Amino acid sequence: MVDNIKRSLLVALWFVFLTFPLMVVKVNTLKNIVEWRWINMLWVAIGSFVLSIVWRWAMERRQLKSKKAEQGEEESVKPGFGQRLLEDPKIFKPVLIVLALVTLVFPLVVDIYQANIMVLALIFVVLGLGLNVTVGLAGLLDLGYVAFFAVGAYTYGVLNSFFGFGFWISLPLGGLMGALFGIVLGFPILRLRGDYLAIVTLGFGSIAKIVIENWEEVFNGAKGIANIPRPGFFGAEMSIHTATTYTYYIMILMVLFAIFITNRLKDSRVGRAWMALREDEIACVAMGVDMARTKLSAYAFGAFWAGLAGVIFASRNTYINPNSFTFMESALVLSIVVMGGMGSIIGVIIAALVLILMPEYLRAFSEYRMLMFGAVMVLMMIFRPEGLIANVRRKYAGRKVVTEDANA
Amino acid sequence: MLEVSKTMAEPDNILLEVKDLTMDFGGLRAVDSVSLNVCPGEIVALIGPNGAGKTTFFNCVTGMYKPTNGAVMVHPPEGKSQKINGFKSNRVTTIGMARTFQNIRLFKNMTVLENVMIGRHCRTTTSIIGAILRGSKTRRQERETVEISYDLLEKVGLVDVADEFAKNLPYGAQRRLEIARAMATDPFLLLLDEPAAGMNPQETKALDELIVRIRDTEKISILLIEHDMKLVMNISDRIYVMEYGKEIAQGSPMDIRNDPKVIKAYLGEDSDA
Ligand SMILES: Nc1ncnc2c1ncn2[C@@H]1O[C@H](COP(=O)(O)OP(=O)(O)O)[C@@H](O)[C@H]1O
Ligand SMILES: [Mg+2]
Repeated sequence: MVDNIKRSLLVALWFVFLTFPLMVVKVNTLKNIVEWRWINMLWVAIGSFVLSIVWRWAMERRQLKSKKAEQGEEESVKPGFGQRLLEDPKIFKPVLIVLALVTLVFPLVVDIYQANIMVLALIFVVLGLGLNVTVGLAGLLDLGYVAFFAVGAYTYGVLNSFFGFGFWISLPLGGLMGALFGIVLGFPILRLRGDYLAIVTLGFGSIAKIVIENWEEVFNGAKGIANIPRPGFFGAEMSIHTATTYTYYIMILMVLFAIFITNRLKDSRVGRAWMALREDEIACVAMGVDMARTKLSAYAFGAFWAGLAGVIFASRNTYINPNSFTFMESALVLSIVVMGGMGSIIGVIIAALVLILMPEYLRAFSEYRMLMFGAVMVLMMIFRPEGLIANVRRKYAGRKVVTEDANA
Repeated sequence: MLEVSKTMAEPDNILLEVKDLTMDFGGLRAVDSVSLNVCPGEIVALIGPNGAGKTTFFNCVTGMYKPTNGAVMVHPPEGKSQKINGFKSNRVTTIGMARTFQNIRLFKNMTVLENVMIGRHCRTTTSIIGAILRGSKTRRQERETVEISYDLLEKVGLVDVADEFAKNLPYGAQRRLEIARAMATDPFLLLLDEPAAGMNPQETKALDELIVRIRDTEKISILLIEHDMKLVMNISDRIYVMEYGKEIAQGSPMDIRNDPKVIKAYLGEDSDA
């Protein structure tokens, strides 16, 4: 401990020295004087000292843990908080009820701005859940996921501006178009794996944007498509406020729908095949799983949700242009999946809410958004590489287990 | 002597019939015109020194590689005979030949039970829509899958660890899990690539018993690669020996033991541990 403090003091001193010209000295060219901002030096010293202490402590804990694991000792007997939250009904139930209530009244107590942000966050929850299937379950690293999001959004935009299609018809069509594009783009990448797959999908994402930007006749190019209607309710006139609240509830339903469906798939023949494909493609095929069909279905299934989310995104903004569909969005969704824990549904939801809401409410730091993202990712990879909530595999109760218990 | 053991079974009594199989990797002929038959109820062993081309032979038969030359014919007990050169390996498995791997290839982050359940994939039909709706047929298939998988785990002695991650199993157990997973595909022929590699003598003995039991009670024929020929002498009905890609001998364990070419092949290289 003393050693830690000593070393941290050294670190603080070093940082004070390093940042001295930047933080302390300021040349005022108007008055031709040099300002000495000594107080900044204090902040740097305290900040780096505290960070260093925390870092050292965390690293020590980590080492202790891995040492224990090496010696064959059971890794912490007590399951983590996340685990307990999910498995212990005593904690689980009240939390769920409170959550449901909060979710329900949320748009009624906050202003339209907040509700709108929440809708965006929920859109990213759906995107996260979708990509979670492709990347988390099936292990197909997709850096161009935003392409399918764009497909959904533009399906609605184009169908509406050309043919006057409404939201509710466009919603399933957007999802289907996403899935269709998933299959079409899936074919050429069937043989690719890992890095190669990532690079090619990255290309798809950029191509999608470029096509939208340059195909003026259909997509209206960089000008984008405006006046996209918000979701309708049997043709009722709605104020912006009501419409936003309405969209919010649609989004909540959609998130529930996505959770329900991905949950069912996860523990099914299809979901297991996806996972097996992720674990070992050669063994998976050798066990009789059709690689092409399984990969395409995972790809299309993920794209389907991006399509749906795209339609809602278009209707929320009432305006879309190519700049909403950049690599940034792909990276954001991927960060959500990685941070949430590959394959874990709850983890992805939490991560999506954190990563979307945090920058919105910390406007002061909005310039440092990417910096914070990077820091969060690095820290995650060091301390919780399995994500916020590690994926828990389902246990199947077989009759054998029952007899075993009886014997015990 | 060789002639006696070459009891060429009638075609209708052969499961797997490989004729003059050749596999080239660039300039290297890893398998050179190897012929091999497996009949129902047999345990056939393929042995030979390291690098002889045994694994490559397996890969050709199970569709991982497309052989350069020769024919791989299957005559399933039920179903029609066909030539399967160049079939994808999932099709080969669906036809009824399942394999294990020399370097264990389990689904590490799935549970032991799930690993076996994957084997049922090609015998079940639930689609995405089916999985979402989870109708009565889907539920029945799921139940059957779980039940069959538990049965198989019991047979290989892994029921107790059904909910463990596969990666957490000890080595010997992983090998047995691979066998259970292959058996879940309902094969008529199991191809085991060095299943005893890295096992201690007790584990090896238990494994030998397991293999015989699979043949006797499950009526699954077995084609077995073993690096060490002493091990397979007890359980094999017939043995083929490969060296440098070529088949140098075949026959009963007795024949093989006394075959001068085999003795030379094995004594010629350092006697492996
Ligand atoms: N994919 C491959 N590409 C090139 N050479 C290979 C490949 N697989 C195997 N070989 C070569 O074929 C020969 C036989 O290898 P293998 O079948 O693994 O032998 P065994 O299983 O009998 O020990 C070796 O010389 C090996 O280097
Ligand atoms: Mg080998």
